[in-house]
Amino acid sequence: MPFLYENRQIVTPGDLLAEGDFLAGFNTYRHDEKIFASRLGLVELGGKKIDVVALNTFYIPSVGDLVIGKIVEVNLHGWTVDINSPYPAFLRTPEALNRPFRPQQDELSEFLSVGDMILAKVISFDRTRDPNLTIHEQDLGKIRFGQIVRVSPAKIPRIIGRKGSMIGMLKKETRCNIIVGQNGLVYVSSRNREDEKIAILAIKKIEEEAHTSGLTERVTDMIGKERGEVTQ
Amino acid sequence: MTNKIVLVNEEGIRTDGRKITDLRPIKLEVGILGNADGSAYIEQGKNKILAAVYGPREAHPRHLALPDKALLRCRYHMAPFSVEERKSPAPSRREIELSKVIRESLEPAIFLEKFPRTSIDIFIEVLQADGGTRCAGITVASLALADAGIPMRDLIVACAAGKVGDQIVVDLNDVEDKEGEADVPVAYMPSFDAISLLQMDGQLTTEEFQQAVTLALDGCKKIHALQKEALKAKYQSIKEAAEVSEEE
Repeated sequence: MPFLYENRQIVTPGDLLAEGDFLAGFNTYRHDEKIFASRLGLVELGGKKIDVVALNTFYIPSVGDLVIGKIVEVNLHGWTVDINSPYPAFLRTPEALNRPFRPQQDELSEFLSVGDMILAKVISFDRTRDPNLTIHEQDLGKIRFGQIVRVSPAKIPRIIGRKGSMIGMLKKETRCNIIVGQNGLVYVSSRNREDEKIAILAIKKIEEEAHTSGLTERVTDMIGKERGEVTQ
Repeated sequence: MTNKIVLVNEEGIRTDGRKITDLRPIKLEVGILGNADGSAYIEQGKNKILAAVYGPREAHPRHLALPDKALLRCRYHMAPFSVEERKSPAPSRREIELSKVIRESLEPAIFLEKFPRTSIDIFIEVLQADGGTRCAGITVASLALADAGIPMRDLIVACAAGKVGDQIVVDLNDVEDKEGEADVPVAYMPSFDAISLLQMDGQLTTEEFQQAVTLALDGCKKIHALQKEALKAKYQSIKEAAEVSEEE
């Protein structure tokens, strides 16, 4: 039996997608010889692999991911960080300071305190332990200015686009620095507040219409229109 | 019983004008609450039920978290104004039992083992009750779970059948539930043809029971089609609107 749907059709959990010689990709699972969808999303068949691009998900950490998080607690040996995930992340002192930590003298909240937003990378995570973060890398660390938008983590690939086409266009058209956290938080900064506002509107539009086609053009048009209104 | 109400007349018409194999009119909506991770609403006859799902999220209190899978919690609750006589808002014996029964009927559909140490919380709020609320509650909770993006093996759909006025009928309403002879709620996973909840209240012969289960499963299949439609509708409308603006 062949593939039962057309590409980019909406499927619901439990829908039988294909039977026989196929591979179960994202958001699908295999039961006997059959492949079913496990999430609400759009089906995509690439070669022998069937994926469902989910319409709504939550963030599950993965090693190497760039994330944006908020410090929620300062502990003895590091910081607890909310990374918009079911699992709270931890930033240990050696991953944040560039010198040995002296528990007697150092006050951790002087480096990062509750409420601070950070750009970080996930360095470890498995199903038995909570994720650990690092800010020991170029451009990582505390976020001091700009704005942060929250979107569904399912829409992150769409904001980036194929080979970064969408994000490239966004950066160029809005003249903003945009950093996309894999956990659904997007950092936008520019010297011009109006540019930031337009970039945020564009990101919200992408989130809303992520499952439609011809989106890049529509977003470019929208930015152009917004621009026109601003300069008038 | 001297002056018993006629629940099914000679033409096979029930108190609300339905035939014995007719479901009540159903309206389903997905994603109607802004603060929950997933939500859904059902109107089935006079039933009005809201479901909200949170999670997976950190399990609190911590000691309840399971090391190998997510903790599934479910609260079925009837609003004080959901029935004719004011119901105390405190969870009754019946509501606690239904919470457990609903949780256990949804459990096999969810990939709980994918999210160890977290919890998934389901809240089912009955705003107006008219019989068959556990079934409608399961149907709507499964939609809210799918809306929250929680991976599931299948949607769960539930429907009841029972014996009313010596006839086996589907989707009992409040009067039929209270005055009828028996009630058989069934929860069902359509893609696997598997039953995840089967209860019976009252007395039926083996044949009648089998007939009731068959009728309930037919009802489930009809509701399942509506469920899928409701899930797709949320995104289909945006898609169409975007494509229309494209053509302009």
